[in-house]
Amino acid sequence: MTDSKYFTTTKKGEIFELKAELNSDKKEKKKEAVKKVIASMTVGKDVSALFPDVVNCMQTDNLELKKLVYLYLMNYAKSQPDMAIMAVNTFVKDCEDLNPLIRALAVRTMGCIRVDKITEYLCEPLRKCLKDEDPYVRKTAAVCVAKLHDINAQLVEDQGFLDTLKDLISDSNPMVVANAVAALSEIAESHPNSNLLDLNPQTINKLLTALNECTEWGQIFILDCLASYLPRDDRESQSICERVTPRLSHANSAVVLSAVKVLMKFMEMLPKDLDYYGTLLKKLAPPLVTLLSAEPELQYVALRNINLIVQKRPEILKHEMKVFFVKYNDPIYVKLEKLDIMIRLASQANIAQVLAELKEYATEVDVDFVRKAVRAIGRCAIKVEQSAERCVSTLLDLIQTKVNYVVQEAIVVIKDIFRKYPNKYESVIATLCENLDSLDEPEARAAMIWIVGEYAERIDNADELLESFLEGFHDESTQVQLQLLTAIVKLFLKKPTETQELVQQVLSLATQDSDNPDLRDRGYIYWRLLSTDPVAAKEVVLAEKPLISEETDLIEPTLLEELICHIGTLASVYHKPPSAFVEGSRGVQHKRLPPRAGSGESTESPDVGQSGPSEAPPAVIPSQGDLLGDLLNLDLAPPTATVPSVQPSMQMGAMDLLGGGLDSLLGGDIGGSPSMGAGLGAAPAAMPASLGGAPAVGGGLGDLFDLGGGVGMPTGSYVAPKTVWLLAMKAKGLEISGTFARRGGIIQMDLSLTNKAMSVMTDFAIQFNRNSFGLAPAGPLQVLTPLSPNQTIDVSLPLSTSGPVMKMEPLNNLQVAVKNNIDVFYFSCQYPLSLLFVEDGKMDRQVFLATWKDIPNDNEAQFQIKDIHLNSDVASNKLQGSNIFTIAKRTVEGQDMLYQSVKLTNGIWVLAEMRIQTGNPNYTWMCWRRPHVRECVSQNDSPVIS
Amino acid sequence: MIGGLFIYNHKGEVLISRVYRDDIGRNAVDAFRVNVIHARQQVRSPVTNIARTSFFHVKRSNIWLAAVTKQNVNAAMVFEFLYKMCDVMTAYFGKISEENIKNNFVLIYELLDEILDFGYPQNSETGALKTFITQQGIKSQHHTKEEQSQITSQVTGQIGWRREGIKYRRNELFLDVLESVNLLMSPQGQVLSAHVSGRVVMKSYLSGMPECKFGMNDKIVIDKQGKGGTTDDSGKSELGGSGKQSIAIDDCTFHQCVRLSKFDSERSISFIPPDGEYELMRYRTTKDIILPFRVIPLVREVGRTKLEVKVVIKSNFKPSLLAQKIEVRIPTPLNTSGVQVICMKGKAKYKASENAIVWKIKRMAGMKESQISAEIELLPTNDKKKWARPPISMNFEVPFAPSGLKVRYLKVFEPKLNYSDHDVIKWVRYIGRSGIYETRC
Repeated sequence: MTDSKYFTTTKKGEIFELKAELNSDKKEKKKEAVKKVIASMTVGKDVSALFPDVVNCMQTDNLELKKLVYLYLMNYAKSQPDMAIMAVNTFVKDCEDLNPLIRALAVRTMGCIRVDKITEYLCEPLRKCLKDEDPYVRKTAAVCVAKLHDINAQLVEDQGFLDTLKDLISDSNPMVVANAVAALSEIAESHPNSNLLDLNPQTINKLLTALNECTEWGQIFILDCLASYLPRDDRESQSICERVTPRLSHANSAVVLSAVKVLMKFMEMLPKDLDYYGTLLKKLAPPLVTLLSAEPELQYVALRNINLIVQKRPEILKHEMKVFFVKYNDPIYVKLEKLDIMIRLASQANIAQVLAELKEYATEVDVDFVRKAVRAIGRCAIKVEQSAERCVSTLLDLIQTKVNYVVQEAIVVIKDIFRKYPNKYESVIATLCENLDSLDEPEARAAMIWIVGEYAERIDNADELLESFLEGFHDESTQVQLQLLTAIVKLFLKKPTETQELVQQVLSLATQDSDNPDLRDRGYIYWRLLSTDPVAAKEVVLAEKPLISEETDLIEPTLLEELICHIGTLASVYHKPPSAFVEGSRGVQHKRLPPRAGSGESTESPDVGQSGPSEAPPAVIPSQGDLLGDLLNLDLAPPTATVPSVQPSMQMGAMDLLGGGLDSLLGGDIGGSPSMGAGLGAAPAAMPASLGGAPAVGGGLGDLFDLGGGVGMPTGSYVAPKTVWLLAMKAKGLEISGTFARRGGIIQMDLSLTNKAMSVMTDFAIQFNRNSFGLAPAGPLQVLTPLSPNQTIDVSLPLSTSGPVMKMEPLNNLQVAVKNNIDVFYFSCQYPLSLLFVEDGKMDRQVFLATWKDIPNDNEAQFQIKDIHLNSDVASNKLQGSNIFTIAKRTVEGQDMLYQSVKLTNGIWVLAEMRIQTGNPNYTWMCWRRPHVRECVSQNDSPVIS
Repeated sequence: MIGGLFIYNHKGEVLISRVYRDDIGRNAVDAFRVNVIHARQQVRSPVTNIARTSFFHVKRSNIWLAAVTKQNVNAAMVFEFLYKMCDVMTAYFGKISEENIKNNFVLIYELLDEILDFGYPQNSETGALKTFITQQGIKSQHHTKEEQSQITSQVTGQIGWRREGIKYRRNELFLDVLESVNLLMSPQGQVLSAHVSGRVVMKSYLSGMPECKFGMNDKIVIDKQGKGGTTDDSGKSELGGSGKQSIAIDDCTFHQCVRLSKFDSERSISFIPPDGEYELMRYRTTKDIILPFRVIPLVREVGRTKLEVKVVIKSNFKPSLLAQKIEVRIPTPLNTSGVQVICMKGKAKYKASENAIVWKIKRMAGMKESQISAEIELLPTNDKKKWARPPISMNFEVPFAPSGLKVRYLKVFEPKLNYSDHDVIKWVRYIGRSGIYETRC
């Protein structure tokens, strides 16, 4: 074989020669000619002129030649659609061939020819091939449907191919199943709302069976598809996990990673106190470590994913620090990723080892790697307090090496250490100042200037140092300029007598000679502050800064959740959502983790903050926060430093319905008392599944009590403060915040619409998706005047409960669409269930008594609420304000027992018994009718009563 | 899914280009060449995003293989596929080189058409592919109908890696336990990290569709048997009882022929093997590793222009065994001007181009010790940065498994044909090699 000769012919008149050869009578010559054509095509030469001659060679019994011609056709058919028709007959004929390999080849190739007229002819052969007796043909035809869909989606739907494809999921051959799954998944991606991949327990079972039998690639398709399924409850979730775990031992890393994805996702639904949950956690670590012995490229993919996994569930790999130690010969991309993970895993237990490694790395050759290692030492100091001192001394050692980039990097991180541990390590400032001259990178210069300004009172020649920077003010980068401005203002406030001239100089440089609006603005603000109220200026500029935390480098929780759903894919490699790098409709769909399983142990959860429902608006980083940060000269600080730990009760709610979040809310105005420990009593087995679903409500309802607190008068239903439902950045400038209220028996949705865009908004309208209790707008959204930029308007929208009903997950979830002249925006929010408690919820005593007895035991849920200092009368009064009625009361052995009833808008009754002991009320709640309502109600509403 | 696949030579000229998706244009070929192959610096990532197009690449000698996509594909799968493609090509025509690729481009296109459909990887087991994609090209038409359906059922079947009707006069199998032992040791002799990554490679020449069962001294299995089988023959329990007889395996992965669900539930390794050579399993251990060599470094800086280095190596295994191909690599500073070496055993040489002293010993028995000392003269430099002192690395080969893994049995059952387990000739061999075996100095 010396086919390489085809690559070398570059004579003039080549096309003519080829033409002649293609039309030759000799088969061998023909074949040679086609090979030459393909070789030219490969290197990028245009050989489309030979189209008719090549197509003439198509009718041959030589399979190799046929394949070459097909290859040519796929490349050029689009540019010569009319000529391509010549090939149709052969294709159709080949689809009928006796040899299944040829049938498959024909249908496979036809799907790749993107010419309308050819696709028309494709339908009939494709239909036949989808039902072919040979599995090889069927598996090829399955993929062909996806191809055709890519060319003409409508045609595929009209021809009913989608249904045939769905049928193939039940095919007897595992490869056919796998390809059908792949094709359906792809088609479903471009129809986000279609229920194309109708995954139900039966199909899931089929997929799991095929999983054991198909090729490694097929297993990947199936696992990726499984990951998009949402199990009904924790039991189903567990059984799928059990059948997926064997895949963790597959030699193919992609199979392993896809299995990890499924497990990470479905684990979310398992209660943490389940034995199986712990087993699963243990099973995940070894395969992840094994991925690190794969080829370097795969190691890289694995490490990027492990980085996410470690953030989501740090417990999985916490003992595996050593495997992430960098090897001398690792490619640089592997080294950098390992370093990142090492810092994430660093803890008090292993910090000594980690530091020793990092010090070693700081002497390596690759500049980027060394920088990152130095930075990592700083991050360790911030993360593990006990190690801070050792980190600082290590950094000082490194500064002594005088290697320029090491010094600069070290100064940047020492600045962060100062921020984290104020007044502890300032003794090193002198050493830092020695290196002032060698700093040539903006970040290091800015860090140094910040240090000088911040500690101006301790540095004798601070004014000289800063003055020396001022000389080249206009050549500095913005970062340095801003920092210099602030530092000099600080210096002035600390040593006003000697530095007046300096401050005037910098203010005029910043305001008069600079084109940078940020710099000018800040200069003016300082100027005005200093000239009008120096005391205020001091308070603002020298204000105490919030400490920075270790979490600053974590991926934002909602993004993390989305990325976890994309384990193994490019998104997880880039750490970006698919929408950031995929064009068109594909990938725009946001994936989310299933709602979190809840149970009594909420407080142990290490990641309560992160695990909140992604439904709730993500930790809102208000824009003024940044502004404030600027004024407080925090530009050097990592961005989240200005935001206090994630969010208050909003996110806590998910895990902490009864726990801490609530206590603080209730305890607030009542005063301390011995804590009692909250917990779920007799939670029935089926409960956890829907528990996780009820976030905000818990916290919100807790407030009920605060409101009426002390007075003991029914003051009407509690109204939670407004929360942001729709972020301006996600809705082209429209921000919506809101809350729900029940006023005089009417449910109202209170909305604040804010226009943060530059143009006027008009034509507002609102619509709800079907929801659990049939909530629907009772009238149109009353926004009569156009909303001009920066204007906020408050609207109350009355709601009825007569809308269409569909069970939502969580139960009190409400999906809303708001339209204006710009676009339609979607968001979802959750309403407190107390909204649905109707005024006539007071049950007749006799009826109550009879019903109470009839409640089956397993419909009962019990839990305790702590820290409430109310007597029973006050409590029942207060609850009545929320339409929770006390039917009877009795006192047994010093315990007050209140019997209560609640009626929901859809006619479901909830009965409850509340026991109050001196100091700590104890509740037993019972309900009947529909179990899932019971769970939700009991979870959410106990706080109301407390 | 994968939108296109390109193969380039070291200059960035395209040797193979196959586009699967409409969203990938010819310009993608050039984008990769310009931005990655021709980029001066070292490659910083195996995944590159250029103008919203993602490129995955691997390199084999000086050939670049790149997969291109515009979608959010399964990245791990793409790399696995690229490796698989290299395997398939190697199985068909040997080394992946420019010459071989040019000589076989028609074959490669044919393979690419078969193993990647619309960017979805399809069966890529060489065993199966070779039945219908042949270099002759003509063969496929002469298949009878039965043969054809046999091919297709094999390609799509549950045992896609093996064809039916294989016959050998002599049923024979070879098992190689190949381990690479990795070590990172501090200058003081403290083990910073050590692990063994092992592979069990099987060469099977067995007739029919043999059902195999593989057993090794896996701690979990032995412990289980120890508990359950007290009444069994005493020989077995003795085996389990005597300390190092069983090993703790951290994790293992298997060739796709192994029934994973069975391993998961019973921890038994059963399979129908592919014909010829393949990798049955990979495993990793970290506990009780036998470190075949200990390296004791001593580096002393004498003034600014001289270094004294002394390195002792000790072999730590049975005296009756022989280690081979021993090589110790002692890095030297960049400003080295001359080196004098004295060693008792083997040969040592300073290699200026590699900035290292390379000390080679052909053979060394267990429980022995050997030593090298060197004086390194340095040129005075202005470089403020201290020499980084890369670790001393070692290479060797020993005839045992440093993890302690032992093959207990490999049983073969072929109910349809007339041969039984003890008619099969079986060979087992253990080779322990150094992976990254480094001692810091």
